[in-house]
Amino acid sequence: MSVTPGASPAGAISAGPDREHATQLLNKELNDRGFLLTKAEDLVNWARTGSLHWMTFGLACCAVEMMHTSMPRYDAERFGIAPRATPRQSDVMIVAGTLTNKMAPALRKVYDQMPEPRYVISMGSCANGGGYYHYSYSVVRGCDRIVPVDIYVPGCPPTAEALLYGILQLQRKIRRTGTIVR
Amino acid sequence: MSDTALMELAEQIKTTRPDCVLSTETAFGELTVHVALASIPAFVEYLRTDPSMQFTSLVDITAIDHPARDARFDVVYHFLSMWQNQRIRLKAQVREEEMVASISKIHPSAGWFEREVFDMFGILFSGHDDLRRILTDYGFRGHPLRKDFPTTGYVEVRYDEAVKRVVYEPVSLVQEYRQFDFMSPWEGAEYILPGDEKSAKDAG
Repeated sequence: MSVTPGASPAGAISAGPDREHATQLLNKELNDRGFLLTKAEDLVNWARTGSLHWMTFGLACCAVEMMHTSMPRYDAERFGIAPRATPRQSDVMIVAGTLTNKMAPALRKVYDQMPEPRYVISMGSCANGGGYYHYSYSVVRGCDRIVPVDIYVPGCPPTAEALLYGILQLQRKIRRTGTIVR
Repeated sequence: MSDTALMELAEQIKTTRPDCVLSTETAFGELTVHVALASIPAFVEYLRTDPSMQFTSLVDITAIDHPARDARFDVVYHFLSMWQNQRIRLKAQVREEEMVASISKIHPSAGWFEREVFDMFGILFSGHDDLRRILTDYGFRGHPLRKDFPTTGYVEVRYDEAVKRVVYEPVSLVQEYRQFDFMSPWEGAEYILPGDEKSAKDAG
């Protein structure tokens, strides 16, 4: 029996397999034999998706929505997702706001300090492609010119809900593509 | 602030410092004093220390670019007197090659304002301790708020995988820069607005 959730037979639109049922099966197996069998890859992915600590890179108004995501209403910590103040303890960097030319080397330096595997969420129009400041003399036209981006969250600014959805999409991406050596 | 109080203040300033003041005007309940460039430090000192003025708060220093004018820039100072409950604006014309005397010795907060004006307009301030750029990128070329500065600038940045650092390259826009000011009611559009040519045909 594998711990992999998802992969429902009914396709992507269904609510997926019955989580309650799956948990009960796992519990029964644990009580019956006293151990569980799973693939190491599944276990690693489960661990990675369950503790995505994010590097807060708040650059503008999007940072306020990023704060809302971790506040009690949306409470990102129930997914094991918590803000960290140092890149050395982070798994994912959320670039929230307008990235200027002057800030770009600093952003890359912070990204380089993060341990592997590392992911980047680009939050808001400005980080996605320059947005309102696309033709400005001082703004980077998308933070993907500086760091590789995994998830783009659109909006100006995106709601806290949208960012949370983006984080869940990142979890999904890790579940689908994650390997031990990236 | 009523206009009469502003007029009185303007008269008082004009009579006490006639050598500094070129002209005064009041508009929208605000007093503007045009002063000679050379007399700025002395005049600011007078505004700060005189018991009937006490303009001790420097609110802002900025500038205006008039490319067609002989003296290209206006340097603008805003002051607040919290004792007299009054505000005042000073304007002085500056030629491109002229230097403005710094007032950072009189108002210490002027230091960063003057750096900002230098950064954005390229106006030099004499007697400033540390006149370098404050807002724009390290090694930035040009002064962004000058009218002849292209909005998109000269360089853009990108991380180069080969040299492992952020590199600067000349700007290459994927989509052409567009002007959207054709309907601006503030510009008082003097040309035929899009669609208006049809109604003219109908009338004729």
